[in-house]
Amino acid sequence: MIGGIDIVTLIAALMAASTPVLLAATGELVAEKSGVLNLGVEGMMILGAVAGFATAVTTGSPVLGFLGGAVAGALLASLFAVLTQLLLSNQTATGLALTLFGLGLSALFGKGFEGIRPPPTTKLDFGPLSEIPVLGPILFHHDWMVYLSLVLVAATWAFLKYARAGLILRAVGENHDAAHALGYRVIAVRFAALAFGGALAGLGGAYLSLVRVPQWTEGMTAGAGWIALAIVVFASWKPERVLVGAYLFGGITALQLQLQAAGYAIPVHLLSMAPYVITVLVLVILSATHRHGAPAAPAALGRSFHASS
Amino acid sequence: MSETLLRIEGLTKAYPGVVANDGVGFQIRPGEVHALLGENGAGKSTLVKMIYGLVKPDAGTMQFQGAPYTPPEPRAARAAGVAMVFQHFSLFEALSVAENVALGMENPPSMRTLSARIRDISSAYGLPLDPTRTVGDLSAGERQRVEIIRCLLQDPKLLIMDEPTSVLTPQEVEILFGTLRKLAAEGTAILYISHKLEEIRALCDGATILRGGKVVASCTPREKSARELAELMVGGEFAATDRAGRKTGAKIFEVTHLNLAPMSAFGPALKDLSFKLAAGEVLGIGGVAGNGQEELIATLSGERPSAAGTVSLHGQDISDLGPNDRRRLGLLAAPEERLGHAAVPNLSLTENAILTGTVRRPLTRNGFLNMGAAKRFAEEIIAGFDVRTPGPQVAARALSGGNLQKFVIGREVLQAPEVLVVNQPTWGVDAAAAAAIRQSLLDLAAKGAAVIVISQDLDELMEISDRFCALNEGRLSAPRPTEGLSMEEIGLMLGGAHGMQEAAV
Repeated sequence: MIGGIDIVTLIAALMAASTPVLLAATGELVAEKSGVLNLGVEGMMILGAVAGFATAVTTGSPVLGFLGGAVAGALLASLFAVLTQLLLSNQTATGLALTLFGLGLSALFGKGFEGIRPPPTTKLDFGPLSEIPVLGPILFHHDWMVYLSLVLVAATWAFLKYARAGLILRAVGENHDAAHALGYRVIAVRFAALAFGGALAGLGGAYLSLVRVPQWTEGMTAGAGWIALAIVVFASWKPERVLVGAYLFGGITALQLQLQAAGYAIPVHLLSMAPYVITVLVLVILSATHRHGAPAAPAALGRSFHASS
Repeated sequence: MSETLLRIEGLTKAYPGVVANDGVGFQIRPGEVHALLGENGAGKSTLVKMIYGLVKPDAGTMQFQGAPYTPPEPRAARAAGVAMVFQHFSLFEALSVAENVALGMENPPSMRTLSARIRDISSAYGLPLDPTRTVGDLSAGERQRVEIIRCLLQDPKLLIMDEPTSVLTPQEVEILFGTLRKLAAEGTAILYISHKLEEIRALCDGATILRGGKVVASCTPREKSARELAELMVGGEFAATDRAGRKTGAKIFEVTHLNLAPMSAFGPALKDLSFKLAAGEVLGIGGVAGNGQEELIATLSGERPSAAGTVSLHGQDISDLGPNDRRRLGLLAAPEERLGHAAVPNLSLTENAILTGTVRRPLTRNGFLNMGAAKRFAEEIIAGFDVRTPGPQVAARALSGGNLQKFVIGREVLQAPEVLVVNQPTWGVDAAAAAAIRQSLLDLAAKGAAVIVISQDLDELMEISDRFCALNEGRLSAPRPTEGLSMEEIGLMLGGAHGMQEAAV
């Protein structure tokens, strides 16, 4: 206990608080690595939140709920893919529209689900491991989605670094004309990357409504999708740094909640603002000191591809 | 039949408004180095794209090793044994050499095995290359090696090379030719596209000449002179540049101890540049792009001011003057990048004429544009420099590279500059248009202007400049008279085969 804050509880809370943003940011990282800027993360998250919630409540199974959230996110991302990749609409404008569309659509679908409690998501039983002092509560007291999110980050990192498909995805994001000249299917790769990004955003949204809150409220993502986008940029498109960024954001979110609970005389508004402000500040400083002139962004990011001739 | 590797008959491809290839036919034997010649827009690129499976022909047949050959995509072409080195490098700058090579292969081995094979093949063919380096850090010559090695790893039977030497130093060209001759001796056929006729005469066994999408001649390049080849390409008398009758006058332009910080993260700094220029003189500045060429033209034109006392015109210090003030005094510049730097793509030719012309020509009145005068100025450029366009109302982006280049050069020349600085005046421009541009620069010098030509094309610099110097890693060699200068001496001035030391492993 330091100043009325329980450090062990704080770190344990941090991992759960970070999971939605971590999932969404990892998905967006893959999409951006393929050269597409999808600003609709917020919309995909909130649609995932309502779809996951509705599925879980209807079927009584949180697993199916998470699946439903992922499918909803992927579907919305596929709409974005059709618009930007096939119909060559502007990615920035389409992404913003996607966010507004997702917010509106989720509010409509969510009307009948307000004030209901979802079926609980089970915590993994690590047996004696969870009894270890300090480490037990921090590492072995979480629901399975927390561990799955970590596995997904590691898998994304390994996929981009070692897999041939990951190399092709990076190549498409780097220079789509050259990738096309070599015979790779730029549009198909981007479709897949966008769908994956949408699925992870939907998963993150479902985690919010099924575990974090846990209930459905309109607009409950409250800007988490935008934070995910910022984390991708400041993490210089590296999965391992996305993890750092997301946990930083989650950590400060958990801390400010505990500070409020401990009754510190800091205005609540300042505290609720803190996670957003501090995360962006720290990441700006990190990216400013770590980058040595070399642009970390995929070179074809945000550029439309059309195979002429 | 087995003597023919690739046989093409009646190949036709039409795009809306233009027939790019019209009944094209030729054949290549194994081990033959075959040149494909033609001006810009003659249909060379379309033809090789069809052979490589990037474009589907409308009609005609191709036979590869005696069997019908219709590659639906590059993958199929590669599987059949056709490899291609692109004119504009198809490389991924953020990825390593080995990753780039792996992307061009169907079933690449593990990265470790691949790296070892890259080292083996690159040293066997005299093209040293470190597989772990990031392509973005490599020189143009080294990047091309990546492409060639990517092709060689697939044991191609036919290697297509689209203008491979445009970015290489003479030494690098020699290394490349050595590699190509070795490959040909091993039985690989090479289809070689280039504008440089002397190179084709030195390297190629046969040539097919295209004009307007049709085959107009085939010949053995060694038996023809470069001039004859050029005339076949253009389809008429080829005007050789005339540099006679020029006298240099007093020194009018001077650069002394010019230094400039790098303009971009990987860009070079200009280090202690000094030279003098007399009226009526053409100074050629050679060197591979990226060695300070852009920085140099930016400081001379006034885009980047330099320290006081470094640039002077008629004895007046103009170091801190901007482009328009320098234009008023008679110092004009035409940068390399046609679309975006020298001309605005979405503005009409008339509007583009105003952009630089208004300082020395009365194209504005009380702050308002005088569109009538501007249109007449644009028409004057179009007529005087044979710019092929429907009229001055056409947007700059609609013009082909060569035509826009003629417009950009013409716009500056017609403003009667006292000093004109041009960067890559004939880059990507076909032979006839290039000759016209060179002639206009010589004519300008004959009228008493001093001209600075920055170019990668050494033949061009030898043809028009009175003195030559090399810009290498931001340093300028002492200018030497071009008369009697050998290619070997020039190569040494350029710093030898660029990047060889770094690449050696």
